[in-house]
Amino acid sequence: MFGYFLTRLGMFIPTFLGVTLISFMFIRVLPGDPIIVMAGERGMTEERYQELVEKLGFDKPVLQQYWDYLTGVMQGDLGESFVTKKPVWDEFFALFPATMELSICAMIFAVALGLPAGVIAAVNRGKFFDRALMSSALVGYSMPIFWWALLLIIVFSGNLGWTPVSGRIDLLYYFPDVTGFMLIDSLLSGQEGAFKSAVRHLILPTIVLGTIPLAVIARQTRSAMLEVLGEDYIRTARAKGLSPSRINGLHALRNALIPVITVIGLSVGTLLAGAILTETIFSWPGIGKWMVDSIFRRDYPVVQGGLLMIAVIVMLVNLLVDVLYGVINPKIRRR
Amino acid sequence: MSLLEIRNLTVEFATASGQFRAVDGVDLSVDKGELMAIVGESGSGKSVSMLALMGLLPWTATITADQLSFEGIDLTKISARERRKIIGKDIAMIFQEPMSSLNPCFTVGFQIKEALRIHLGLNRKDRHQRAIELFDQVGIPAPESRLKTFPHQMSGGMNQRVMIAMAIACTPKLLIADEPTTALDVTIQAQILDLLLRLRDEQGMGLVLITHDMGVVAETAERVQVQYAGQKVEEQPVADLFRTPRHPYTTALLNALPERATSKMLPTIPGVVPGQFDRPKGCLFSPRCQHANDICRSLPPTPHSAQFGKARCHHVEQITAGELA
Repeated sequence: MFGYFLTRLGMFIPTFLGVTLISFMFIRVLPGDPIIVMAGERGMTEERYQELVEKLGFDKPVLQQYWDYLTGVMQGDLGESFVTKKPVWDEFFALFPATMELSICAMIFAVALGLPAGVIAAVNRGKFFDRALMSSALVGYSMPIFWWALLLIIVFSGNLGWTPVSGRIDLLYYFPDVTGFMLIDSLLSGQEGAFKSAVRHLILPTIVLGTIPLAVIARQTRSAMLEVLGEDYIRTARAKGLSPSRINGLHALRNALIPVITVIGLSVGTLLAGAILTETIFSWPGIGKWMVDSIFRRDYPVVQGGLLMIAVIVMLVNLLVDVLYGVINPKIRRR
Repeated sequence: MSLLEIRNLTVEFATASGQFRAVDGVDLSVDKGELMAIVGESGSGKSVSMLALMGLLPWTATITADQLSFEGIDLTKISARERRKIIGKDIAMIFQEPMSSLNPCFTVGFQIKEALRIHLGLNRKDRHQRAIELFDQVGIPAPESRLKTFPHQMSGGMNQRVMIAMAIACTPKLLIADEPTTALDVTIQAQILDLLLRLRDEQGMGLVLITHDMGVVAETAERVQVQYAGQKVEEQPVADLFRTPRHPYTTALLNALPERATSKMLPTIPGVVPGQFDRPKGCLFSPRCQHANDICRSLPPTPHSAQFGKARCHHVEQITAGELA
């Protein structure tokens, strides 16, 4: 198992290098000059401009710049933001908990609803629930999430006034960051109503971000279950006189989980991409909004560092998925 | 009262091109401790009729029967929940493919103990003890350590033993074995059959053996039922069936046995079992029967009396009298 883990980890290296190269080149291909953006409307003198070009290393050949960046990354240095002058690493970890909290909630939402829905649809194949679920899953999957977010805001925040429009918590509350997770921090602060407020702020972003994974998971669970339900061992389980809930929920689901876990792992990538939109709409102070802002500012180190970190997270999650395969299905385990 | 009594069982499947009748008016009765064999080619409805009894057919199947009773309880008239108390406990079934019939995600120990907990309510320690006993009884070496293995870590023969151990876990009164040896190699086949016969003697359970191997039938069964295209075409005690087969299909099956071959070329039955679209109007066997005439092709035969092996053939009397050969 450990050897297997190391092999998988070794396969990270080319992906990792590829991501650094692509993110590095991608931002430089975009038109726009970070120095001019930094100067803003006031502009700057030609001398000052040359000074900055030299300071930021833009006078060197591009390959030389990439090499400098890569050696920095290898030493754990992602560079400093052009705008805030703070290390990218620090900024990332200040903002990442917000994104992680939102993503985890969205994932829990998607799995908690998608798995049972898929199982029930498969068991009641062709009946009303199945058809209704599969059509709504298709709608959920194909709906643009910014539009879905606006709809929900209009109805639940605007018309009904049930949920706040933006942010992570009401401005009334103030407490120190302990974990960076608002749900936990608000509980730790002991302030009355703080936790409730944090939850209310989370509801809409969670639904918006979780909708696509929910649809994908429900559909995948259904089709995996349909396949498994036709297997001989399910017939054996029924021949033993087990109850339908035990057969579907234990014997069949455990086997159906392999493809479902795969899409859950892949959804993490979609989720982080979706987080960028969702965070922008709900003014959620996470890495999504930070990345979008940095792209507009041509803040090269932040864009590169942010992309790299997201890619590493997605790779780690998929590594975890590979390990989970073996836990769920012993046949995949290395002997 | 017989242990199992089936009267006029019909199973139809809804397919994209209409209803398909897989079992057509089959009768079957099994007494306590009796070994009944059902033989016939693939597609003759042997398995389907037993799966119907167990309630294991998919939702596309429609089951109708005048009687489908086990120990006097009509299984069609009780709720699914009550039926589950009988299925797996008093009636158990083992299947053709041992490798795919066990759940790959769970240890064999888990799978056998599950039945013990649900039907007998044994506690953890008793379950473990009983599982070891059962593994020992079906001839699995080192039973205690085997409980922890997964199905893919064992051979087909061992898996079939696990299936048998699972089936007899709650000492059923009736065991249905659906081609239990087909997927196994010949030496293992004999061992599994011996095991089934020994268990039947030890526990006095009725045994229904579904097979298409006439050799197995000759060695094991007491009564034999021959099925063709969803119908029962003949039923006789095993010795009588082999000595004087009544139905031409049975005769043809017996002639196809290598042991009985008189020439170098093994006789075969031309054609295949009729399917959904080529079902003959009269006798279902008529397109392949050497004695078929116009009556056979237009009028479906009805079963004869037990004296003529309940044969479903227009010519039974002539065949018996030796007029047709």
